Amino acid sequence: MSIDRDEVRRIADLARLEIAGGDVDRMAKELSAVLDFVAALNELDLADCEPTSMVPAAASLRDDEPDGRRLTSEAALAAAPERERDFFLVPPVVENVNP
Amino acid sequence: MSANRWWGRPATTLAACVARGELSAEQAVESGWEAASTWEGDVHAVAHADATVRARAARTAPPGPLRGVPVIVKDNLCTAGDYPTTCGSRILAGYRAPYDATVIRRLRAAGAVLTAKGNMDEFAMGSSTEFSCYGPTRNPYDLTRVPGGSSGGPAAAVAYGLAPLGLGSDTGGSVRQPAAFCGVFGLKPTYGRLSRYRLVAFGSSLDQVGLFARHAGDVALLYSLLAGPDLRDATTRASPPPDVSAWDRGVKGLSFGWPENLWREGVEPEVVAALEEAAACLERAGARRVAFDFLPGTYAVATYYLVATAEASSNLARFDGVRYGPRAPSTDVWSLYVRSRSQGFGPEVKRRILLGTYALSAGYYDAFYLKAQRARTRIRREYQAAFGRCDFMLLPVAPTLAFRLGEKTTDPLAMYLSDIFTIGANLAGIPGLAVPLGLAGSGLPRAVQLVGPEDSEPTLLRAGRALEVRGEVARLGREHETEFPWPMKR
Repeated sequence: MSIDRDEVRRIADLARLEIAGGDVDRMAKELSAVLDFVAALNELDLADCEPTSMVPAAASLRDDEPDGRRLTSEAALAAAPERERDFFLVPPVVENVNP
Repeated sequence: MSANRWWGRPATTLAACVARGELSAEQAVESGWEAASTWEGDVHAVAHADATVRARAARTAPPGPLRGVPVIVKDNLCTAGDYPTTCGSRILAGYRAPYDATVIRRLRAAGAVLTAKGNMDEFAMGSSTEFSCYGPTRNPYDLTRVPGGSSGGPAAAVAYGLAPLGLGSDTGGSVRQPAAFCGVFGLKPTYGRLSRYRLVAFGSSLDQVGLFARHAGDVALLYSLLAGPDLRDATTRASPPPDVSAWDRGVKGLSFGWPENLWREGVEPEVVAALEEAAACLERAGARRVAFDFLPGTYAVATYYLVATAEASSNLARFDGVRYGPRAPSTDVWSLYVRSRSQGFGPEVKRRILLGTYALSAGYYDAFYLKAQRARTRIRREYQAAFGRCDFMLLPVAPTLAFRLGEKTTDPLAMYLSDIFTIGANLAGIPGLAVPLGLAGSGLPRAVQLVGPEDSEPTLLRAGRALEVRGEVARLGREHETEFPWPMKR
């Protein structure tokens, strides 16, 4: 199994990462090596194995129970790179549809 | 009296002396910093520390079983009001959490004093503590070698004497492997026994907070103080945690698995020698050896690097330059995300995010992620079958002793394979204990690993204690004076 340059760029886009031009080849090579290694799983007979997403004892999750605590806006915003009043400030997300 | 008289003593002894007034909490904390003045410049185990903060914490430590005992915690556990929490990453540069992790809250309530945040591989991804934005930590037993990882900072600091206790996180061996490389105990508890509330998430179905100590009894004490349900972490088990108070009871009547096929090749002779010595000690103490073959660890590594990276790619989506951490200047949201993340994450984190994104992406999900989840079931069954035949298994922690800095940083797969004996316990949700076993001829620490079924911490600690006294049952029940030599500057 191998990953080529285009595939690295496609995944990087999905992950919101930019891989510098010179690093794309190296990343393709390293990821391909890992995929070759994980192909070892094909040697296992997994026909009667249901997928495990979490160990069962811990998977018996309870309902959420609100405990009344809340973080103040000030505490939540304290680490914000940019803010305006009680909001996190970001560049415009929606284009102006009614110019 | 020199504060250094306390260096290397168990946390339980230190706390008892503070409680009796023979030593102040301030003196206890500063005795660790005396060790640091010798070592820290070379070892670089600490990511964040502050003399004013720790003096204040020592002065105000409440009465409790750990009053005045210094503790170093990994930089991915949130601590409010004292130190930054940065996960060894530029993407969290300067971040100060508005809340304590539950395990931190419990430590503070027991009277412990957080004296530093320990260095780590960025977001706990690595096995050598070389992938930190603060630079690598070095092994106090040999400064040309790694301390292991990803919790290498706390492991090295506990080894050189900054604190008798440390906390790390173990997703695939990140507590046990550095404990082994640095010659200290390292426990990865049963999944769901220690709260992960405000442990920065890496692989949520695998992550556990883990414990470092130089003495088996200290591991037992720390476990008893931190384990138990937490309303703020829905993955903690509701039942009371197992009672570890009989850690000093010996191993008479217990049986241990000996899956020798796992170390017939690819494992250093010193590691095999440690296993044989450990088995002989356990037998001398009255335990019985049961030999059988076990599934090779390569399958666990393959499974892990799909499951853990998939979970990481999802968990690390939250670091996007919006709510915390540095933001790359941008005029649109897309480039804000891409630039903040690309500048903030280091190479290993990017590699794993890409791998996990790939394994989860359309067209590959069944072939990779789903297959890995099925393999996980297969691996869990393998452990269940083994524990039908023995109470716990004796395993290596890693295939080698501490390796050299730079030896594996350019070969990701070689680095991943250093977790070949630890990853299985995370996939199966079961506990594992790294137990130090003296030094090899090269002067590097040796260790073995004990792995048992869910909630077998009491058994693992009994066996760890039996190894601590080298199988001599006559030494059980006494205060432990360690024979482990403290690191010497070379």
